[in-house]
Amino acid sequence: MEVNEQIAIDHGLKSDEYKKICKLLKRTPNITELGIFSAMWNEHCSYKSSRLHLKKLPTKGKKVIQGPGENAGVIDIEDGDAIVFKIESHNHPSFIEPYQGAATGVGGIMRDVFTMGARPIANLNSIHFGSPQHKKTKNLLRGVVHGIGGYGNCMGVPTIAGQTSFDSSYNGNILVNAMTLGLVKKNKIFYSKAAGLNKPVIYVGSKTGRDGIHGASMASASFDDKIEEKKPTVQVGDPFTEKLLLEACLELMAGDSIIAIQDMGAAGLTSSSIEMASKGNLGIEIDLNKVPCRETKMTPYEIMLSESQERMLIVLENGKEEIAKKIFDKWNLDFAVIGKTTNSKNIELFFNQEQVVKIPVNILVENSPMYDRKWKKSKLPKKNKIKNEVLNKLKINDVLKKILSNQNICSKEWIWQQYDHTVMGDTIQKPGGDSGVVRVHGTNKAVAASVDSSAVYCWAHPLTGGKQVVAESWRNLISVGAKPIAITNCLNFGSPEKEDNMGEFVECVQGIGEASKYLNFPVVSGNVSFYNQTKDVGIKPTPSIGGVGLIQDYKKMISMDLKEVDNLVLIIGKTEGHIDQSLFARTILDEKNGPPPEVNLFNEKNNGESILNLIDKGYVKSAHDISLGGLLVAISKMCIKGNKGIKINKSKNLINEIEYFFAEDQGRYLIEINKGDLKEVTKILDKNSVHYEELGIITKNDMIINEKTKLTIDELKSYYTKWLSKYMS
Amino acid sequence: MKSSVITFPGSNCDRDMDVALKKFGFSNKMVWHDDGELPKSDLVVLPGGFSYGDYLRCGSMASKSKIMQSVINFAKSGGLVMGICNGFQILVETGLVPGVLLRNKYLEFICKNVFVKLDNKENTYFKNLNKDVLEFHIAHNEGNYFCTKDQLKEIKDNNQIAIYYCNSEGKIENQYNPNGSIKNIAGIFNKEKNVLGMMPHPERMIDESLSGEDGSLFFKNLLNNIK
Repeated sequence: MEVNEQIAIDHGLKSDEYKKICKLLKRTPNITELGIFSAMWNEHCSYKSSRLHLKKLPTKGKKVIQGPGENAGVIDIEDGDAIVFKIESHNHPSFIEPYQGAATGVGGIMRDVFTMGARPIANLNSIHFGSPQHKKTKNLLRGVVHGIGGYGNCMGVPTIAGQTSFDSSYNGNILVNAMTLGLVKKNKIFYSKAAGLNKPVIYVGSKTGRDGIHGASMASASFDDKIEEKKPTVQVGDPFTEKLLLEACLELMAGDSIIAIQDMGAAGLTSSSIEMASKGNLGIEIDLNKVPCRETKMTPYEIMLSESQERMLIVLENGKEEIAKKIFDKWNLDFAVIGKTTNSKNIELFFNQEQVVKIPVNILVENSPMYDRKWKKSKLPKKNKIKNEVLNKLKINDVLKKILSNQNICSKEWIWQQYDHTVMGDTIQKPGGDSGVVRVHGTNKAVAASVDSSAVYCWAHPLTGGKQVVAESWRNLISVGAKPIAITNCLNFGSPEKEDNMGEFVECVQGIGEASKYLNFPVVSGNVSFYNQTKDVGIKPTPSIGGVGLIQDYKKMISMDLKEVDNLVLIIGKTEGHIDQSLFARTILDEKNGPPPEVNLFNEKNNGESILNLIDKGYVKSAHDISLGGLLVAISKMCIKGNKGIKINKSKNLINEIEYFFAEDQGRYLIEINKGDLKEVTKILDKNSVHYEELGIITKNDMIINEKTKLTIDELKSYYTKWLSKYMS
Repeated sequence: MKSSVITFPGSNCDRDMDVALKKFGFSNKMVWHDDGELPKSDLVVLPGGFSYGDYLRCGSMASKSKIMQSVINFAKSGGLVMGICNGFQILVETGLVPGVLLRNKYLEFICKNVFVKLDNKENTYFKNLNKDVLEFHIAHNEGNYFCTKDQLKEIKDNNQIAIYYCNSEGKIENQYNPNGSIKNIAGIFNKEKNVLGMMPHPERMIDESLSGEDGSLFFKNLLNNIK
């Protein structure tokens, strides 16, 4: 088939991109070559709209072993141990086919982690759905949750934390972001950089099928006669094979056979082979007849573009083929030597003894397009003036009841009970806390991880929103007693070709960069998902931030449940009464405008570090950060989890009571301390100039507010726990 | 005391079981499913997981794997064989214990702490335990135990029911049944009581930092009973 501009456009390439290809090649590409270009130059693989801005993120730090650019980021957690982690989106497939889309998202991110030699020790996810009233929401939620569980549970990796939100902007584009942490010895990390000439290139794992072949090609009617059996463009996951692949790879990695390894994720064999060659500044030669295929008569085009799951590409040391084959045979996995490294710096593919592709690797990688897209700067919205009369009409317990049972606050137990969160026997903080925590097996250390996003704040003011998400991730780690180390980000946005959406992206990234730089909380991995868009309307900008921190002694881990009657609860950080963009403003006042709460990075850092200091000294009995919903929601959750009550003092603060309880000012935490430690604790806080006030004293079983409002813990519990399971039943 | 944990392709609680057994003093060996012979053992454990992906009936492929003939012979000669979760499903498929395990009643995987009531202490597994109600942990999709009326009568008559789902006070009621299993059955014995299959994972309850410590009680007691 002759390739022309129209076929290129059907592959998702732009007209000038096609011209550039012809110019670089000095000829017209054939159909397989065009397929390879379209896979390498699409937004997902090339980051062509985002690269320019991502470069500005801080990616280095004392604890960073590997920043962005590899399969995942790697951080040092001392004693020769390292944590490999990354978050990735699988939004579009999950909307089309929620179970398989979510499952393969989880499978893909785990593969990224064990490709680097790390055994996955924890999964997390951030999932966002349309309005609960939307007709698709329930089925999508059920499918996604089953898919995440189906894959992670079978792999035997605990799902330890997550985040779920509902917002009508996701009605036509749900978000499914999956994150994995793996544990590896610092001196046993594997990279994707090929090295050495004539080294065997081996293919292991599942066979290649026609599933997941480049979605864009489906749009081209010209292929109808070629691809007789059109399988859905969504890949199908097989967690059992991935479990075998994990064990087999780790077994091979224990020896010294592997030079480079890369999983076949997006764009399958194409991107994995090209990335390995490109990083090693080498050429690569592959005989496509040797690729294990699941179906007959697969063409070079199909083999190169298949996104069949659970496959790996490995460059081996010469003479290690037998050792490797024995291991993969033991685990009943396909193993094939399919090619070798060369010094040609070309990717050369052969099929039926004929050369079917010859492209210089650098053209595909370094010459890939990069755009400085137009973007619109956003203005900080004006603050709303909320009248005291409006607030005074509201009853605290009515408001609290509505907010606790709101879909974005209420307990997500219905979801996380379907995830195995205790397998591997090291989960010491389960889902539902500020962060999930797993022990580093066989040591006294533990790793905490959390995943956060605040689309509403990002939508109202992207720069502030970007900062806030990083700060919230930081606080969630601090709240369990972990020292924050680094983050991974999954940037979910609308179309980069629209100035508004591109502006949201640019400014969110700027905010993320500012906060992570100030907090010394670098970005070590991530992924960008654009085009989360239905017709002309994009989703609310939703960067998800996955934070990871270290607890030196796991026995010092903190949880949010109130521990002991008569202990005091302190509010750390100042409550100014910022109501705009709060859950209260949006749900009770139906006010959707106004700026998000300001993020003061100095206070974030100072308050967080002071709390870590108090935790280290053993003063903190429980802790929780104050975020969505405000102060009263935060203390309610602590009461519910600890099955204790609290007598809340009348605030000396001059703002309206409702504002005091439901404002979403940043940089705040609640901590529980012994009465007897108050003097010592306040001494430390004063010394560090940290603002604090006493919220109240822990009681047996009622929440009493200002001596006039009384709620039992059972009441709070029933508001908090019922919504989701009722919705899903 | 010597124990063996069988690893099938897709087992994923094999390491956890190894950790638990060693913690309480067993000298444990991991045994690959494709091996023909069992090492000399006082206890053989079939661990949890998704053997062969459980793409057919759970446990059915594993029940036919090479090592299982040795396990069956070992059980028939009176050796202690314990199947946890997927291991229970495998035991059912071999016929070493009666009944079947269906998909959970609400069609969802369920991971949480549960209480179980011990029904029969006249056996090596539970003899001398000073508690009648234990807090264990479940994590499964197919734990809904079912058997025919006749089988039920027979296992009752033979005192083969090992544990029931219950509340913290030991009340066995429908509302404490997490998966719809018949009569709240969480685990059963063979007739001779040397084979035990149960859905809960005691190996996840062996440390105060984890979900609880009743697993520690169970393993310590088991070791003492075998000694």
